[in-house]
Amino acid sequence: MPARIIGRLLLSFVLLWASSVLIFGGIEVLPGDFATTYLGQSATPQAIANIRLELGLDRPVVTRYLGWLAGIAQGDFGRSWASGQPIAEQLGHRLGNSLLLAAAAAVIAVPLAVGLGIVAVIFRDRLIDRLINILSLAAVSLPEFFIAYLLILVLVVQHPVAAFPATIYGGMSLFEKLHTIALPVATLVLVCIAHMMRMTRAALLNVLSTPYMETATLKGLSRLRAIFVHATPNALAPIINVVALNLAYLVVGVVVVEVVFVYPGMGQYMVDAVTVRDLPVVQACGLVFAAIYIALNMIADVLSILVNPRLRHPR
Amino acid sequence: MQHKTISGPATSRRTFLGAAIGAGFVLGSSGLWSPAAAQDTPKRGGVLRLGLDGGQTTDVLDPGTYSGSVLFTAAFCWGDRLVTTDPATGEALPSLAESWTTSADAKVWTFRLRKDVRFHDGSAFTVADAVQTLKRHSDANSKSAALGLLSDIERIEDQGGDLVITLSNASADLPLLLTDYHLQIQKNGGLDDPADVTGTGPYKLESYEPGVRIAFSRNEHDWNPDRGYVDSVEILVMNDSTARIAALSSGKVHFINSLDPKTMGLLSRAPNVQTISTKGKGFYSFLMHGDTAPFDNNDLRMALKLAVDRQEMLDKILGGYGTLGNDYPVNEAYALAPTGIEQRVYDPDQAAFYYKKSGHSGPIVLRTSEAAFTGAVDAAVLFQASAKRAGITLEIRREPDDGYWSNVWNVAPFCASYWGGRPTQDLRYTTTQLSSGPWNDTRFKNADFDRMLFEARAETDEDKRRALYHDMAVLVRDTSGLILPVFNNYLNASSTKLKGWVDDIGNDLSNGQVACRVWFDT
Repeated sequence: MPARIIGRLLLSFVLLWASSVLIFGGIEVLPGDFATTYLGQSATPQAIANIRLELGLDRPVVTRYLGWLAGIAQGDFGRSWASGQPIAEQLGHRLGNSLLLAAAAAVIAVPLAVGLGIVAVIFRDRLIDRLINILSLAAVSLPEFFIAYLLILVLVVQHPVAAFPATIYGGMSLFEKLHTIALPVATLVLVCIAHMMRMTRAALLNVLSTPYMETATLKGLSRLRAIFVHATPNALAPIINVVALNLAYLVVGVVVVEVVFVYPGMGQYMVDAVTVRDLPVVQACGLVFAAIYIALNMIADVLSILVNPRLRHPR
Repeated sequence: MQHKTISGPATSRRTFLGAAIGAGFVLGSSGLWSPAAAQDTPKRGGVLRLGLDGGQTTDVLDPGTYSGSVLFTAAFCWGDRLVTTDPATGEALPSLAESWTTSADAKVWTFRLRKDVRFHDGSAFTVADAVQTLKRHSDANSKSAALGLLSDIERIEDQGGDLVITLSNASADLPLLLTDYHLQIQKNGGLDDPADVTGTGPYKLESYEPGVRIAFSRNEHDWNPDRGYVDSVEILVMNDSTARIAALSSGKVHFINSLDPKTMGLLSRAPNVQTISTKGKGFYSFLMHGDTAPFDNNDLRMALKLAVDRQEMLDKILGGYGTLGNDYPVNEAYALAPTGIEQRVYDPDQAAFYYKKSGHSGPIVLRTSEAAFTGAVDAAVLFQASAKRAGITLEIRREPDDGYWSNVWNVAPFCASYWGGRPTQDLRYTTTQLSSGPWNDTRFKNADFDRMLFEARAETDEDKRRALYHDMAVLVRDTSGLILPVFNNYLNASSTKLKGWVDDIGNDLSNGQVACRVWFDT
């Protein structure tokens, strides 16, 4: 089993390297050039050449790629072309904000989704099961910005109970921050809960239809004990996978929610950089997103191995 | 894009203020109106929160780089210029410079500076700071957005405690040029650190997170007692319009900008909210390149100018929040604006006549995008429909918003665009109509026009200047490639608790000074 886990880890690094090549290469072939965008119509060939020289764009692609990679290996993402500030600092702030939002949403959404999934199985095909299904599917069917606007309308404009905008900044205590981000957290919970709940329900039902669960019932175990002790551990692997996917979404896919709630996260940072062709920032964001995605999937894989007795005790 | 910044003055008369004055007359005659002065004594205190569109994570505090509403507003919180403008007339007024004189040929300008002003850190403001600030922005290698304004400056000197500026070409407008919002005076001109905003303004910078939030606290030692009424100012960057409106209507912020004309009516019905519509120098336009076929034919240009239904565009695109344009880029918000030029109206028959005369046939491609101005795609479709009634076929091509200003504007021969204002008519024309202008986006090349422009710039006699500007406007109206259907108003909204707003013909956001001028009526 350790070999399997080490194998997964190595594979993750290969994947990360491959995505760094894709990100760098993809941005390299993008149309639109920072120098011309930056200079606008006053772009003379000389001015463009000066800027390209200043930014080192005259060097060959491979040299620039290796330099970039070497910098990142040492935690140096370079400087933003547009503001001239080091990227690592800004990125650190933004990533911290994104992780805070994702963590707060996950802490609520994951137990809630898994719990609701189990409840739905216990009350399968009864009113509670249907209600849980209908409500969660309704929430996931609405676009996230629409849920966000609905929450704002009800909880900010009509009944002013929630904080708005969800702008957090340095100098706020953790409690203040959590109070401020309540609405975006609620939006994200509503958006991602259905997927995880449905997967929990499906995986559990799948296990419940196996012969050994029939045996468990026949030997007189209570339904709850059968579900919690015998069925759930065997249904964990697919649940872990879908939870990992949703966690990744919570970090990398929430730019719309960030904009609506005026939340200073990574998504907004990357979009701002794209509009001005601030490529070092775009690259850094892309790589961080890729790393988060790969890391979460790797953790999910490792956990799946750990919770699977057949993989844990290979014959 | 530097020119797409907020550098445009705006005319005045907020609608609700106008209504209030009207009501005042009526009530006053019946003896119920209490003296306005008593009500209008500003009160101090409170935390002012502004939710503003137009800020990005790439923004930096160096005033030479400012563009967008957020930093435009912040600039007036921490800084002062040498010269400011009268909100109603646009005339130059003393600020850090208390008076000035010019030589007869308008080439040498002497500014006497205030002696009683201190920077936020307690050090005294001196003529050296002013000299260094102007030198930093006007240096040939400067990346300042104000560099273009200052290109005629030959020397900047400290002569016996006075600031003396010598120009290579005469300009009667120099004091107005120094009102540009990039030219906030910094300690030692910002040479030590351009992003150090230790200035002389009514508020001191407390914290800055680019694209997120800027916080200021009141400068207790402000040299000017008639401003800076609140204890602290928070500018929150809110680029989503629905978020801005929700924040204002729930009382989380006290002021928002960049309202869509479509939401003005709805918002004005909300309790505790007042909408503010301010006449401006900015305009929406369609640009034809006068040197590119088929637009090199003035009959075709005239046909297209006559084929726009301006009133319809004002009503449908701007919801009435604007004024009609007359195909020259100047309106009465500019000093010495021309008067008595006949308003061009929609005339399909005349348009058809000129179209036939031009000999052109086949569809004409018009490029547009929401990036050009809010509603530009709809405006192009309206143009297409009104032109069709004159027998002219327009083919609308929608371009991506991203990259519009580098790939379409000033590149394609016929496209939608907008401009903010400029401090003076001279700058307006120099930027876009002068043959050698940096952004001559209609490729207007007319030697007579250029000659009149330079003549007017050096002319110190007001009547002669006015006559020259009149003739220039007519020339642009009748021969250039500029189709200018409407001037747009600036649309803002505020909490009803907020008083003291001043309509400033200088620019949007009370010429950037909203945070300095408003106060809470508690």
